[in-house]
Amino acid sequence: MTTLTKESGAPTSADAGAFLSVRDLRVQFKTEDGIVKAVDGLSFDLERGRTLGIVGESGSGKSVTNLTVLGLHNPQFATIDGEIVLDGQELITARERELEKLRGNKMAMIFQDPLTALSPYYTVGRQLSEPFMKHKGASKKEAKDRAIEMLTKVGIPQPKVRFDDYPHQFSGGMRQRAMIAMALMCDPDLLIADEPTTALDVTVQAQILDLLKDLQQEFGSAIIFITHDLGVISKMADDLLVMYAGRAVERGAMKEVLGAPRHPYTWGLLSSMPRLNSDIHQALTPIPGSPPSLLNPPSGCPFHPRCAFRSEVPGTLCTDTRPPLGAGRAAACHLTAEQKQTIFIDKIQPRLR
Amino acid sequence: MLRFIFRRTLGAVVILVLLTVVAFLLFFGMPRDPALLMCGKTCTPDALANIHKTLGIDKSIPEQFWIFLQGLFVGRDDFAQGPCPAPCFGYSYHTNENVWSTLIDRLPTTVSLAVGAAFLFLFVGLGSGLLAAWKRGTLIDKTFTGGAMVLSSMQIYFLGPLAMAFLVYQTHLFDQVEYTNFTKNPASWFTGLVIPWAVLSTIFAAQYTRMARSSMIEQLQEEHVRTARAKGMSRSYVFFRYAWRGSLIPIVTIFGIDIGSLLGGAIITEYTFGLPGLGQLAVEAVKFSDLPLLLGVMLFSAAMILLFNIIVDACYAFIDPRVRLS
Amino acid sequence: MSDNLTLPAQQGSADASSPSPETLLTVEGLTKHFPIYGGFPIRRKVGAVQAVDGVDLSVGVGESVGLVGESGCGKSTTGRLITRLLEPTAGRITYAGQDITHATRRQLAPVRSEIQMIFQDPYSSLNPRQTVGTIIKSPMEVNGIEPAGGREKKVRELLELVGLNPEHYNRFPHEFSGGQRQRIGVARALALNPKLIIADEPVSALDVSIQAQVVNLLQKVQDELGIAFVFIAHDLAIVRHFSQRIAVMYLGKVVEVGDRDSIYNRPRHPYTHALLSAVPEVEIDAEEDSRERIRLSGDVPSPIHPPSGCRFRTRCWKAQDKCATEEPPLVQISGNRGGHLTACHFPEDPTTEDRGEDIVLDPALAALEDDAAK
Repeated sequence: MTTLTKESGAPTSADAGAFLSVRDLRVQFKTEDGIVKAVDGLSFDLERGRTLGIVGESGSGKSVTNLTVLGLHNPQFATIDGEIVLDGQELITARERELEKLRGNKMAMIFQDPLTALSPYYTVGRQLSEPFMKHKGASKKEAKDRAIEMLTKVGIPQPKVRFDDYPHQFSGGMRQRAMIAMALMCDPDLLIADEPTTALDVTVQAQILDLLKDLQQEFGSAIIFITHDLGVISKMADDLLVMYAGRAVERGAMKEVLGAPRHPYTWGLLSSMPRLNSDIHQALTPIPGSPPSLLNPPSGCPFHPRCAFRSEVPGTLCTDTRPPLGAGRAAACHLTAEQKQTIFIDKIQPRLR
Repeated sequence: MLRFIFRRTLGAVVILVLLTVVAFLLFFGMPRDPALLMCGKTCTPDALANIHKTLGIDKSIPEQFWIFLQGLFVGRDDFAQGPCPAPCFGYSYHTNENVWSTLIDRLPTTVSLAVGAAFLFLFVGLGSGLLAAWKRGTLIDKTFTGGAMVLSSMQIYFLGPLAMAFLVYQTHLFDQVEYTNFTKNPASWFTGLVIPWAVLSTIFAAQYTRMARSSMIEQLQEEHVRTARAKGMSRSYVFFRYAWRGSLIPIVTIFGIDIGSLLGGAIITEYTFGLPGLGQLAVEAVKFSDLPLLLGVMLFSAAMILLFNIIVDACYAFIDPRVRLS
Repeated sequence: MSDNLTLPAQQGSADASSPSPETLLTVEGLTKHFPIYGGFPIRRKVGAVQAVDGVDLSVGVGESVGLVGESGCGKSTTGRLITRLLEPTAGRITYAGQDITHATRRQLAPVRSEIQMIFQDPYSSLNPRQTVGTIIKSPMEVNGIEPAGGREKKVRELLELVGLNPEHYNRFPHEFSGGQRQRIGVARALALNPKLIIADEPVSALDVSIQAQVVNLLQKVQDELGIAFVFIAHDLAIVRHFSQRIAVMYLGKVVEVGDRDSIYNRPRHPYTHALLSAVPEVEIDAEEDSRERIRLSGDVPSPIHPPSGCRFRTRCWKAQDKCATEEPPLVQISGNRGGHLTACHFPEDPTTEDRGEDIVLDPALAALEDDAAK
């Protein structure tokens, strides 16, 4: 096994001048049943031109985090604490008008389901042109030229004709391409892609993923790529953040996190999914139980009720104390570094064959 | 589009014919003989038979129905009261007047009432609904929704006399409720109808407030609205362009039904304020078992509702390109 | 053609599970066209969605057959046709020697209990107003089956079997998580001791960590109770894990069918190649990725006007004139193992190894990659 302590590309501190820096982010929603702690103390950094993958299951807080970055939560229902700094500008305290200038311009978002994420009432061309006209002060004609250029770039055949079509006249894959074109209209520095291929077929997904990667090369945007699919993330990310119950449980360079994971939850994710070349006689090892309720998350480490290695940690540490997530390559787990390594090599790796 | 309208019109005609059949049968199923009513106290079997003959109800039901249908399209001249050009609904048993000209005569009142009230409740209702949605969760929202709740549970026959008592008899702020033909005197047309408009639209406006608010809030949670926000479009732009467009569908649907049925006669309002519209006519027709009049009013109201149904469906195509292009 | 299909699957060395000698279900030329109405002024049938068009398939006793393909390929419709939730337009379904293609409700009754279905969405496929006990019991009540020891005892046994607490007999579906609800769905399917279960995307609505729980449960059910499965899914790795034999579908047709090893390691149909190549696998090192790279262009065509001849030809890099005029039959191509059938005029080599050169049909992708290479 390679040494796991190698310094990764993952950021170390907030003031390292990262392009996007999130510090101790907390997002809570008031509901009739109580307060949902959707995100609970999340920190990460993202450099220009790099891709951060955020992996987690439903309810892990990955989508909420990114809507918070864009400032799309209604302050009436959500309480947001912490710090989000984009290129030197604090976003949580920013005024709505300031955020509007950034959205679609400096930071753009690609949503999961392009059918519901594009308005059925306006043409694709109009929906693409709008942000360009607003942010760049372009005329209708200039915006149309730009939109056609972008539609061509993402591979929409006959872009001049399709400019005047409505989203429902596009196929699923084409719609997601149009969505990508829309996000790239103003050449954003930060692109947030929230499960952009989950609603697509596998052959189309492969096209879109490669397209996104190639476009990133050309545009140089930083990408936050959110998904539940470890296979997809391994194709896209430079760095990886694994989220569970609103918290980051493991962080590091993608290759290290997936190649030598240190958190029992990451181990569980990897050994619960079959691969195309895995041994078919090797039964899958699921994570027992189900994800916790965010209304009433478990005390201490939120993963402890489902963790198979709790007994390796002395005392009641797992149930009382929330393990911190260190800087850089780190896992929020009470197991010692040595334990993590031996358990992975002895017990987990053989399952991944 | 033309094909669509043609097909829907054809369908509407079929429905009207079926409706006529049902009304005809129901009428003759009634245990009451209209001739008996006209015959008076000193009725003899001969006189009764005579009336039967003049009314044309001595013939078999299918035969009567056929004659009626014929009259609708080509007119009839077998009436004692005089000729009856198409569309002929016959002469009223009760007043002996031509039903069609009675309808035409009463129509302006009903149209004035309906259109005026519709203007009022659309603007007030949608306006306050949008405001409540925009200010969702604030005191304004709560006041508007609360007020709408109270008002929509009001009744015209309660609000009407109350408004009259207060605004007309006590403070003399408004004129007596009275219908004057618009072409004769627009000013008194207006002043005479202000109170019925206000009363009728209050209840409707309250419903439209609630509907507009809830459908806007629903639309604001749509993903495509969120996408528009994520592109940096301003809150008001997203509100009025993206969310409003989607809210139009339910609003137009309900509005079509409401205006259609109002044009068929606002029975309670007309009765409350003593306005001689189609609604009053309908009540009279039932009261006097006046078959020709009843059929006339009913078919007319049904035609209005069907007409606005078609208009609503055509509106969908303008609002939603998915309807237009499929 | 169907004779070939009824042959027991030749098991590869990796597939040690015993071959199933006896055929439980045979499907021949199964077709389902959903009519489209339109026209003026009288509405009439103006076309049809050719959801399933001439599918041949067989399932042996206790065998698990996987159906894979992308949306619109007809895999779910096929499942619904087999359970007779839909009425086939044409073709023949034979279950245990009995033709059930157009069997009436009464004729179907004994068969219905032997063929059960598990649905994708564990939230909408359970009646929220019924307790778990009632839900699992109802198939027995409908079919008038009184197991030894009573229905309630049987339900409790089933709950235990699928890994739920039998004490939860009187709880309602909303009190359970997604994975647990899918277990309830499995228990309901098992209530009548079925011989064949059609599982339509049974895990795709579940979280990754929960998927494995349900896959393992289904595998246990298959092994211990000897139930045959038609496993419908779009996730190729899960299908491979679960199924001994796999049929790959494209636009209503089976384009390739064979044992697990043949389909995943020795595929012949270009579509199977493309599909496998598109699966995102966790590969840490780029060097580790020795798989061929194929990127198709565009989406699947509409099943209302499918392409003539071979339906895949519009997205195929090997297509020639012949493909447009002649529909390729589903046959055993030379070099294929027994039972491995491919419907292609110009099959690929039986390997998924990197071919040295990528096949990138997507014009935008190709353009961007050309620019990057320069």
